[in-house]
Amino acid sequence: MNVITATVDAKGQSCPGPLVSLAKALKTAKIGDLLELLATDPGSKSDVPSWAEISGNELLESTEAAGVFRYVVRKVV
Amino acid sequence: MATTEERIDTTSLTELLQRVEALEDAQHGKVQTKNKMTIIAWGGDLDRIWPTTILATTAAASGMEASVFFTFWGLFALVKPGVRITGENWMQKMMSVMNAGSAEKAKLSRYHFAGAGPAMFKKLANDHQVATPEELIATAQELGVRLIPCQMTMDLLGLTRQDLLDGLEEPIGAATAIAEMRDAAVSLFI
Repeated sequence: MNVITATVDAKGQSCPGPLVSLAKALKTAKIGDLLELLATDPGSKSDVPSWAEISGNELLESTEAAGVFRYVVRKVV
Repeated sequence: MATTEERIDTTSLTELLQRVEALEDAQHGKVQTKNKMTIIAWGGDLDRIWPTTILATTAAASGMEASVFFTFWGLFALVKPGVRITGENWMQKMMSVMNAGSAEKAKLSRYHFAGAGPAMFKKLANDHQVATPEELIATAQELGVRLIPCQMTMDLLGLTRQDLLDGLEEPIGAATAIAEMRDAAVSLFI
């Protein structure tokens, strides 16, 4: 079963806040770890997939509920 | 049925080898780019330094190698916040008085309104939790972005290493800046 190892709460932060917070959290994570990112920045809808593509990490989930965007990312590199 | 050996005749093999050699030669002349972004930070305006620091930190956060070469007005963003008058002669000193150093002193290219513009901008940025350029410079350093001062601009303005922020790379010249851009997949002049 896939277990979320850490949650990055970047709600309220604007670009590039959520990605910087995520990158910092990934630094201490292990390869294969699943991280959850919570953001309210609408720009994250396109930015998180772009970030995954550039960085080589895997975006597993992308959902939205009550104005909060939730992303699940697997650390690959 | 003919075997492989029978089908290869020596003339076409020589021709093939020649083509491989020609391709190899062409490949040697090509520059290999890395997953890297290099920004030439020329402008010292708040509305230039801001996107420069946003892009640099985002590139580093995305696992790209990132470097920023600070030249001309851009170099003022790397001056330590406490440093006031810099330079050795009156011209350099006057320049430093007119252009206060550090990213937090950066002016807007338009709607500056004697400082009211940047104040409003930063108020909005604070409300929207956008990091300021000075915060982004610190984040950039934390994420491993190489911040490189331009040696010539330092000489021109009489700025010493002591006047600039800690943790910067060694100052470089134009050729090294070009070398930085040459192998970067993305290079920008802001």
